Amino acid sequence: MNKSVFLSMLREKLSGLPEEDRNERLAFFSESIDDRVEEGLSEEEAVAALGTVEEIATQVIADTPLVTIVRKKLTPKKRLRGWEILLLVLGSPVWLSLGVALAAVALSLYATLFAVIVSLWAVFVSLLGGALGGVLGGATVALSQEMLPGLALVGAGVLAAGLSVFVFFGCKAATRGICALTKTIGFKTKRSLTRKGEA
Amino acid sequence: MDAQLKRGLLDVCVLAAIKNEESYGYQILKDMKPYMEMSESTLYTILKRLESASLLTVRSAEHNGRLRKYYRITAAGRARLAEFKAEWREVTSIYQFVTKGDEHHE
Repeated sequence: MNKSVFLSMLREKLSGLPEEDRNERLAFFSESIDDRVEEGLSEEEAVAALGTVEEIATQVIADTPLVTIVRKKLTPKKRLRGWEILLLVLGSPVWLSLGVALAAVALSLYATLFAVIVSLWAVFVSLLGGALGGVLGGATVALSQEMLPGLALVGAGVLAAGLSVFVFFGCKAATRGICALTKTIGFKTKRSLTRKGEA
Repeated sequence: MDAQLKRGLLDVCVLAAIKNEESYGYQILKDMKPYMEMSESTLYTILKRLESASLLTVRSAEHNGRLRKYYRITAAGRARLAEFKAEWREVTSIYQFVTKGDEHHE
């Protein structure tokens, strides 16, 4: 692949970035290719040394803040005509409410996941409390008043302690899972916003 | 390696590559290569970050009929390097404490 093909392919892939940012990145790559050619590589070799267009685009998108991409997406390419604005305004009760509802559903699904994890941790904390209370309280009862009910309480406490160990690992895995999910969603969002030139 | 630590190290490496004289993208990559492999886009991101933090300045100059960007370290950039050296001395002494006596027990 020669330099101009490489640069135009990369330009295509990075069309989700603001124009200025994109030009600056492309100039940086162009300079790098020229410097390698000056050192004695062929143009093809110099291009190959940078990695594939796909790899570079993936990394650039991962490095770019989501805000930048969304801002670029929201900037209209051409000015809207009068009747287009009219249609947008008249249709707003429909598309606006639908959009808000969709966003709310997505957000609530995500919030539900978080709530599940918070409650899992709450279970863990209460099991720990139960373990402590059971063992200490049970021991007190067994020593001062009734032997058997006290021992039963101690047993329940030990049981709670054992369960809490299991729950702890479950909580940890779930928390890790939602962190990974958040990362993936962020990346996928950026990815879908920068996919093609349409804006 | 911890992501935050790595990010700090990358910044310092790039600053070190331009501490003696101003340099350009490909030269910086070559100078760092024996110590740290870095892709073009990573370097770009770091240079941008250092520029917006005023740790370096950029100028374009003509070279063989094309423009090349040169990066020069600022006083704040030198201060960042000095800070890194001081921090690292601290880390080394902690490391010595952490590994103290390990040979005897193995």
